[in-house]
Amino acid sequence: MSFPQQPPHAHHPMDELFAQRPEPPPGAADAPGLPEIPEHAPTPWGVAFIVSWRSVRRRFFRSLITMTGVILAIAFLTYMRSTDAIVHSLVTADVDELNVLLQKNGVDILTAGGTDSRMILLITLSLLTCLVGIINAMLMSVTERIKEIGTMKCLGARDEFILKTYFIEAVLQGVLGTAIGMALGLLIAVAVARQAYHGYVSMFMPAGAVAGVLTVSFLVGSLISILAAIAPARWAARKQPVDAMRVEE
Amino acid sequence: MNTTAPIIRAVKVAKVYRRGEEEVHALRGVTLDIMPGEYVSIMGPSGSGKSTFFNMIGALDRPSSGEVFLDGRRLTDLNAAQLAWMRCHNIGYIFQAFNLVPTMTAQENVAIARIFHGATPAEASELAAAALDRVGLGHRLRHVPGALSGGQQQRVAIARAMVNRPRIILADEPTGNLDLHTGEEIIALLAEMKQEYGVTVITATHDTKMLSASDTVVWIKNGRVARVAKRDELQIEIGTINGQALA
Repeated sequence: MSFPQQPPHAHHPMDELFAQRPEPPPGAADAPGLPEIPEHAPTPWGVAFIVSWRSVRRRFFRSLITMTGVILAIAFLTYMRSTDAIVHSLVTADVDELNVLLQKNGVDILTAGGTDSRMILLITLSLLTCLVGIINAMLMSVTERIKEIGTMKCLGARDEFILKTYFIEAVLQGVLGTAIGMALGLLIAVAVARQAYHGYVSMFMPAGAVAGVLTVSFLVGSLISILAAIAPARWAARKQPVDAMRVEE
Repeated sequence: MNTTAPIIRAVKVAKVYRRGEEEVHALRGVTLDIMPGEYVSIMGPSGSGKSTFFNMIGALDRPSSGEVFLDGRRLTDLNAAQLAWMRCHNIGYIFQAFNLVPTMTAQENVAIARIFHGATPAEASELAAAALDRVGLGHRLRHVPGALSGGQQQRVAIARAMVNRPRIILADEPTGNLDLHTGEEIIALLAEMKQEYGVTVITATHDTKMLSASDTVVWIKNGRVARVAKRDELQIEIGTINGQALA
């Protein structure tokens, strides 16, 4: 009596996967009449998001460098504009003791509250610096990962997947950086105002105006992140699968 | 089915690079048939054109002249998107430096390949777990590459290559970053994949110690095929001169 010989992995799920594989084309290496290669399906945004999120989380220090530009620029924008809103609110409160404090701090009660052109210039410059900073940091991060991109393409990733991944990554970093920058800017603005005007700051806190400032900061930060993401993501998507073979680490 | 049809056919494949004024002839007309289910080792020193040839048959690079046929299709006829489809559906790649994505777990690294193939994330995760189990890493699904040894990382890479049930596995110096013992285990695993699933395995190597699993060994020198040896001829030579003089 003989037993049929069993392979070591008799009923492994992998066997089933290979069993379902279509037969190879018959005939010569150049088989005429093979079906047209189907459209290579795009990979969903959700998958790209997970890949990007993993990257931002596990390369947190690297991401922080990219984010620093946004954090500083948005903190500056938020600080300037919140301070403005707070001072404006204190001026309109028209309390005698407070007016004395305001004058001591060099605020012209009659004209305070308007954003002057020097401030607009400063903010614009800081935002431009931030834009260039993100682009630069993202380009570096793409260069570091040429091999990873090449590997993904070897595995069958389409250009649009690489594009999505790097775009989401830049936007994630931008939005996170914006949030941190907003918090930082507001905290500093309130702290500085309290130094000068003490309890009056909380008494006349212009909640609505500050909310408006934060909204604008968020929109500006997000817009800059999206603008900065486009070039690096497109550059990443153009990398070739053969780049995966690079030997240097 | 005609089993004698080659899965890869290279006809007079040549590649010329321009380096400034200079023309570099990396390949000077390589003609070679590789049969389905074969284990082929491509040997050659660096600069021999071995890697260039490897990239040609792996649908990673286009020849300057000549033809490459893969699984019944003429690669020169295909556009970039169709080549990506061919890579995804027919070829599994294994690299010297493993090339796993460092921020993703072993399971995610394998699953992403299957997602590119068109599976949903849930299906892909399940298949990835099966593939990792098959290469002996069923207990390492949630480890990131950094927490795995070199041999384990290369096993993850093999699982990643296998999860799309390819017809061909292309392994570029798969043992180059591994010690001798681990390297032999990896070669044995590749041979097992060939045996059990009928996958054609093509490795590029310059290590004669890794030839034992090969059915065919192809030597490339100066951009040409210098010699092709079958298993039986080879064993005699390895037995007598230990293959040293061949490389």
